[in-house]
Amino acid sequence: MRIGVITFPGSLDDVDAARAVRLAGGEPVTLWHADDDLRDVDAVVLPGGFSYGDYLRAGAIAARAPLMRSVVDRAHQGLPVLGICNGFQVLCEAGLLPGALTRNSHLHFRNRDQGLRVERADTTWTSSYTSGQQIVVPVKNGEGRYVAADPELDRLEGEGRVVVRYVGGNPNGSSRDIAGVTSADGRVVGLMPHPEHAVEDLTGPSVDGLGFFTSVLAAAVAA
Amino acid sequence: MTTDSATAGLSDLDTGPGQLADRLDTVELAAATPNDEQPFAELGLRAEEYERIKDILDRRPTTAELAMYSVMWSEHCSYKSSAVHLRRFADLPRSDALLVGMGENAGVVDVGDGYAVTFKVESHNHPSYIEPYQGAATGVGGIVRDILTMGARPIAVMDSLRFGRADAPDTARVLPGVVAGVGGYGNCLGLPNIGGELLFDDCYLGNPLVNVLCVGVMRHEDVRLAKAEGVGNKVVLFGARTGGDGIGGVSVLASETFDAEGPAKRPAVQVGDPFTEKLLIEACLEIFAADLVTGIQDLGGAGLSCATSELASGGSGGMHVDLDAVPLRDSTLTPAEILMSESQERMCAIVEPAKVEEFLLVCRKWDVLATVIGEVTDGDRLTVDWHGERIIDVPPRTVAHEGPRYERPMSRPADLDALRADDPAQLPAPGSPAELRAAWLAVISSPDGADKSWVTEQYDRYVRGNTVLAQPEDAGVVRIDEHSNRGIALSLDGNARFARLDPYTGAQLNLAEAYRNVAVSGARPLAVTNCLNFGSPEEPEVMWQFAEAVRGLADGCRELGLPVTGGNVSLYNQTGDVPINPTPVIGVLGVYDDVRRRVPTGWRADRESVLLLGETRPEFGGSAWAAVVHGHLGGRPPRLDLPAERALGELLATLADEGLVSSAHDLADGGLAQTLTESALRYGVGATLTLDGDAFAALLAESVARAVVTTTDGATVLAAAAAAGVPVTELGTTGGDALVLTGLFDLSLEELRGAWTATLPALFSSPGAAVGIVPAGTVPTS
Repeated sequence: MRIGVITFPGSLDDVDAARAVRLAGGEPVTLWHADDDLRDVDAVVLPGGFSYGDYLRAGAIAARAPLMRSVVDRAHQGLPVLGICNGFQVLCEAGLLPGALTRNSHLHFRNRDQGLRVERADTTWTSSYTSGQQIVVPVKNGEGRYVAADPELDRLEGEGRVVVRYVGGNPNGSSRDIAGVTSADGRVVGLMPHPEHAVEDLTGPSVDGLGFFTSVLAAAVAA
Repeated sequence: MTTDSATAGLSDLDTGPGQLADRLDTVELAAATPNDEQPFAELGLRAEEYERIKDILDRRPTTAELAMYSVMWSEHCSYKSSAVHLRRFADLPRSDALLVGMGENAGVVDVGDGYAVTFKVESHNHPSYIEPYQGAATGVGGIVRDILTMGARPIAVMDSLRFGRADAPDTARVLPGVVAGVGGYGNCLGLPNIGGELLFDDCYLGNPLVNVLCVGVMRHEDVRLAKAEGVGNKVVLFGARTGGDGIGGVSVLASETFDAEGPAKRPAVQVGDPFTEKLLIEACLEIFAADLVTGIQDLGGAGLSCATSELASGGSGGMHVDLDAVPLRDSTLTPAEILMSESQERMCAIVEPAKVEEFLLVCRKWDVLATVIGEVTDGDRLTVDWHGERIIDVPPRTVAHEGPRYERPMSRPADLDALRADDPAQLPAPGSPAELRAAWLAVISSPDGADKSWVTEQYDRYVRGNTVLAQPEDAGVVRIDEHSNRGIALSLDGNARFARLDPYTGAQLNLAEAYRNVAVSGARPLAVTNCLNFGSPEEPEVMWQFAEAVRGLADGCRELGLPVTGGNVSLYNQTGDVPINPTPVIGVLGVYDDVRRRVPTGWRADRESVLLLGETRPEFGGSAWAAVVHGHLGGRPPRLDLPAERALGELLATLADEGLVSSAHDLADGGLAQTLTESALRYGVGATLTLDGDAFAALLAESVARAVVTTTDGATVLAAAAAAGVPVTELGTTGGDALVLTGLFDLSLEELRGAWTATLPALFSSPGAAVGIVPAGTVPTS
């Protein structure tokens, strides 16, 4: 299964995302922001980093990159898309996911090993987990505080759109400890923590992050 | 030297008084007006240096030439006070591991399997004091470009930071900005920060130390050098536009002492844009891979003056540059300012004409501005034109490599005998278990001993997915090959208290500590770099400290069989007439054939034997205990024992290779108390331990060549240690939720964690401190 990883100018965790895809058993495909061709991929990962230096607003310029037009079009037709950290910010800026990511409440960049609870184990990207499962993956961001208006948050909670939630401490002041959300169809997922940094015993705090990548492979096989 | 800013000197040159207000100062004009007065002193040159320039050129220099010489002959660029001493490193026996030695942007070491590693530390002390965020950020940017220039992909950074007393108001101004700057730039470049140091001492109050290490990896055949070869080859400037920032940074900031009453020097600090640097890195690596350059140099201190003169000096021919072609951010800059600007994120390459188009294409792909500004010529001159007129015509070697050299006067500090006679043995020692317990807690909760998470959580340690160990481990460990699992380890250490008491031994003790940190992590030590932070070389006592430290480091490296691959010298670190403690920060690189053999510091399992390797003596001179509990610095540093370090290092390598130890942690500042605290708290595993003999010395003395290891196979480790001639003491067994010191006292992990983790947040967590310093809206912070 071919999983595209987009490189924007300033993307940093693209090599990590490609490694995670490979370790999960998929074929990582390099995608370049300035192209408009998705190269027949079966799913797309928007990696972490500082696309366009995070100038203007984190993710705002990348959301308007040529390739993102194709991503948005195909996502509306059901293409699975995962946005990690800066990728989550891009998905919110592109209108594929609700809410916004703002400056951490404590105003510092924060990198730590973070406990998460998987609230939805039936999305395209989380089916390898069980509902309520607790995992540990790194979080690292300066603008990772998830916000939305209260009625919007109520709606998202009501529709079960919160995919992962912080446990054992909220690293950035996100509303209702929300770490990641999904589209209504469960095929587009964005989260601030970095599952691609928890895929090997040698380099990660755990291998708990691999499940995001095995999930999408399983979904493709089932489809 | 006065503290008037060089920019003021330059504007005098261009607008008044008298001679040059309306005329461009060309080579022709300089020849015709030999007696015109020039503000060489304001630019940091001495009268005899100015005379020497006139001798070299056989006329007075033009304004632009004077600017170029002044920055290149500054202490920062020319090493004029330190070079005669640094020769000791070059005189060390040749190492087979060293592929490129001192003199290039960074040394290159063979780490096996065709891989080469380049690593170097650079200081950005004075800029970080003036403008903490940008000073620290551009310090990261500068050293990363040095590593990139060698042809390597930068893969990690480390930072060694020193500030004034932790509760001093100015430390609250400087520290949060420096940490945010190191993080802001490094995080945005996608380089994991894998470790470093954070220490506090009154001597750094007006002069913090910000030393940043970068390490890069490449294949042997990919090493690049800074030289301009091939007549007709093009000189290409690429990266950011040139602006007015950082003019005179090397001559004003790095080569002078701060004066409390001096004018503000903010304009001399550069402003960084890590996004542009990230693009520059990727463009450069693609350019290297396609073999599109014959020589390359980054623009750092002294900017275009440095890059063009060093490239021309390193090659066999000359070089001509058309300064009008340089893309500017500020069209009002004078030619001298363009040559001196230290605008960041710029590189200069020598490109064959047939490859220029492809070079520019790669730059366009990465949105990197690239401009042909000149070419390699067949003469032996560096010439620069502005508006069609010749403003520079010099022999490049006289600018770049044949600057002044001084044998500065030296004298042993007058207070040294008194300092050494002030033996800490005369201090009141803890008289009861309760007092010893209190001393333990005081040391581990002091700003030097406390948990550094408040700082290190601001750094990305995961990016690129190859970080095997990062702080708070003894060494930063990075995998460099995902298939073979080849890896490297790095440690940076610089105990300035030891160096103050004895710079010769102190430098070697720092080397020993860095060597030990790499060895306990299971790596084989391979090469050494350094960042030598000292006061003013014009002070004979400082110069003596410097010479002694260099001599010590060279002797230590000879004994351990390690080459010095390069380094950085930072002088004039003092405020007023009070120099900092001599602070030689030493970096040691180690290698793993299989990085899966790395040994972490933390205890993970119960019922493992806790063993102390090495011998403890009642040594408290320069110790954390004396400093924290008594505010005392005196006596002699611990006895150096490099043969014992070597034996310990070889034993630890064997134990790691055979998988015999589950953890290993060196003993250094704070002694065994500090080590036990860190190993226990890492994963929350306690231990029951018994100390024989003098418990005070056992817990808080800082004898060298020691480490604590844990193992499930105590008998085999004891036998291996005996065979290696390393003394072993059985301390006890892991387990439980406390450190139980049999017959003395208990410390619950909860109490220990509370004491260890509370200090830095209490000092620096007021959000206002950070908000006031990070320029809102200019800092990428995702």
